[in-house]
Amino acid sequence: MTFPSLNLLLQSILSGVFIGGMYSLIGLGLGLSWGLLRQINLAHFGFVFLSAYLSYHMVSVWGLDPLLTLLILPPFFFAIGVAQQWLLSRFKISPFNSLLVTFGFTVMIESLIQYVWTADFRKLQSAYGEEKFKIAGLFVPVPELLTLLLAILFAFGVWAAMRFTDIGKAMRAMAEDGPIAAAFGINQRWLSLMLSGTCVALASIAGVCFALTFTLTPTQIFSWVGVVFAVVMLGGLGSALGPLVAGIIIGVSEAIAMAIFAPSWAPIVSFSLLILMLLFRPGRA
Amino acid sequence: MKSLKRIVAMAAVAAGCLSLAASPVLAQSAPVRVGSTLALTGPLSATALVHKLVGEIYVEDLNARGGLLGRKVEWIVKDDQSKPDVARTLYEQLVTSDKVDLLMGPYATGAILSAIGVAQRYNKMLIHHTMGVPSLAKYDMHFPAWSLGPNPGTTVPNTLFDALAALPKPPKTIAIVTSKFPSLHFLSLGAREVAKKRGLQEVLFLEWEFGNRDFGPIAARVKDAKPDLVFVGDIGLEGNMLLEAMKKLDYEPPLHFHLYPAPGPMATSPETKNALSVTIFEEHAPFTNNPVAAKFVKTYNERAKAAGFPYTKVEVQAAASFTAWQLLEASVVATKSLDDKKMAAWLKANQVKTIQGTLRFDKGNNFGDDLMRIKQVQNGNWVTVWPKEWAAPGATLKQ
Repeated sequence: MTFPSLNLLLQSILSGVFIGGMYSLIGLGLGLSWGLLRQINLAHFGFVFLSAYLSYHMVSVWGLDPLLTLLILPPFFFAIGVAQQWLLSRFKISPFNSLLVTFGFTVMIESLIQYVWTADFRKLQSAYGEEKFKIAGLFVPVPELLTLLLAILFAFGVWAAMRFTDIGKAMRAMAEDGPIAAAFGINQRWLSLMLSGTCVALASIAGVCFALTFTLTPTQIFSWVGVVFAVVMLGGLGSALGPLVAGIIIGVSEAIAMAIFAPSWAPIVSFSLLILMLLFRPGRA
Repeated sequence: MKSLKRIVAMAAVAAGCLSLAASPVLAQSAPVRVGSTLALTGPLSATALVHKLVGEIYVEDLNARGGLLGRKVEWIVKDDQSKPDVARTLYEQLVTSDKVDLLMGPYATGAILSAIGVAQRYNKMLIHHTMGVPSLAKYDMHFPAWSLGPNPGTTVPNTLFDALAALPKPPKTIAIVTSKFPSLHFLSLGAREVAKKRGLQEVLFLEWEFGNRDFGPIAARVKDAKPDLVFVGDIGLEGNMLLEAMKKLDYEPPLHFHLYPAPGPMATSPETKNALSVTIFEEHAPFTNNPVAAKFVKTYNERAKAAGFPYTKVEVQAAASFTAWQLLEASVVATKSLDDKKMAAWLKANQVKTIQGTLRFDKGNNFGDDLMRIKQVQNGNWVTVWPKEWAAPGATLKQ
């Protein structure tokens, strides 16, 4: 082990912060769905990738600006989220069964992506992809910065909405004790549909950011499941700010492991942190 | 009524006689059935679709030339879903249930090893396209179409370092960064040994798990190490991701070599300029001086475009696949039989001229000469640059 130069270490930490932003943006909707709707929505990862491919298509084939897709895709995905929730509640799917059913949805989404865009690699080429600037000797890539800013914006936005709005308070009440909340006039069905729509819309935003940063291939879907699950559990189920903090902690820890020790140690980091948390704060996740 | 019975009986006898008389004719005209699996779905499907297209092109052309032993050839290809265990089951089916005459290998080392196991159990010959770890293939009747040689961990790095030694300013320091993917890792470790023996100073050695997401810290460490040459043990998109991460740090490695990059993205991305890799075939002279190769390139380009492939040029995968079919045809034609043992014995004793060069199978584990050449991305295309006799016209290794 050789200790890296300060610049290398700081650049690696910055890289970890950015990848942490991506983890948290993907994890935000997943954690809300898990914590408030009691649904472990594995299809969330499928929606992230479906959105990434649609974004790629809109930019590469239709010539739209990538940032414009951030406005077009979320309403569409909101509707998908509402439809999914309607389906799950219609058949009274239990939390555990939701894991299996939504895994099935993910496989279907992966097959759909392969059918439409094939299994070949797809890269969204845009002017933003090349943009970067330098601060204090550190390079800051614009797409990653955008992802991080959106992760912060939506984490705080959702946190504020949950804390200060009537709908947010109703959602928390519903998650706390559904029957009592219903006794106070809270329309659980409507709230569940809205919340599911919001979670999937958040997945679509993560998807656009993903397409701006990474080359796409359908089978990548499952390579993100483990680390994002760790982020969600570490951040706390149903928490808005927790995944942001946990994502950055995991991203930075992985980056430091790669910079100081070996890149092959990075995958151990997220789960080691999760195990440590479960040992010391067993009621958290 | 009696006469009706007589007519029916006569018709039955006539039909029986006709079928008896016709059976040798039918047997003669029954197609030669070749069975294989390919990863038509799953993580390996992008590359497997190349093998499917090549197989279709070859079989169509073979049938247009009269087929094998005067019989049409029928190719039965099943989807192994990129899973070696599924490949094993399907090869069992091909042999026992479909009763195919001949076997053709699947795509990717894991599935090939599964298929070899089944072929061994039923004494079938197996020709395969892209087996990446020669030391694992022990069966006497397997034949690799990818001419890696028996010791690629030594021969491939030597070919690369020979090419780089011919540069006006050869590299003196090397960083070896590699995925732990099995077919790559042993080659990267081999490169370490060979580099050491040839006097290159190793300034960095890093390994990452296959599926790594963040290449920023790896790029930063390579930049910090300031190597003359970066040897990247990558597969698929890993090399692109590493080069993209380097570009974000405003760093361009002086020389960078990639083991098994995704050919399209590596050739066409802006940050991959001058990337080096290994090849057995590229679609330029002198490879295309062979009329069979030239015809194949033309057909493949058209069909790949029609099929919507993002990268429509013939390179390593397509060439290895075509070579496998050439080997199968050559062994049937030479032995005038579909007997696996006869064909295998012929392949072991003879050399076969293919579009990638002359192949032989008389060295360790039925591997022959290492025909790997060095190619480089130049103006958005892969061109062979080493050895000089296989270099594209006018192409030289760029630094």
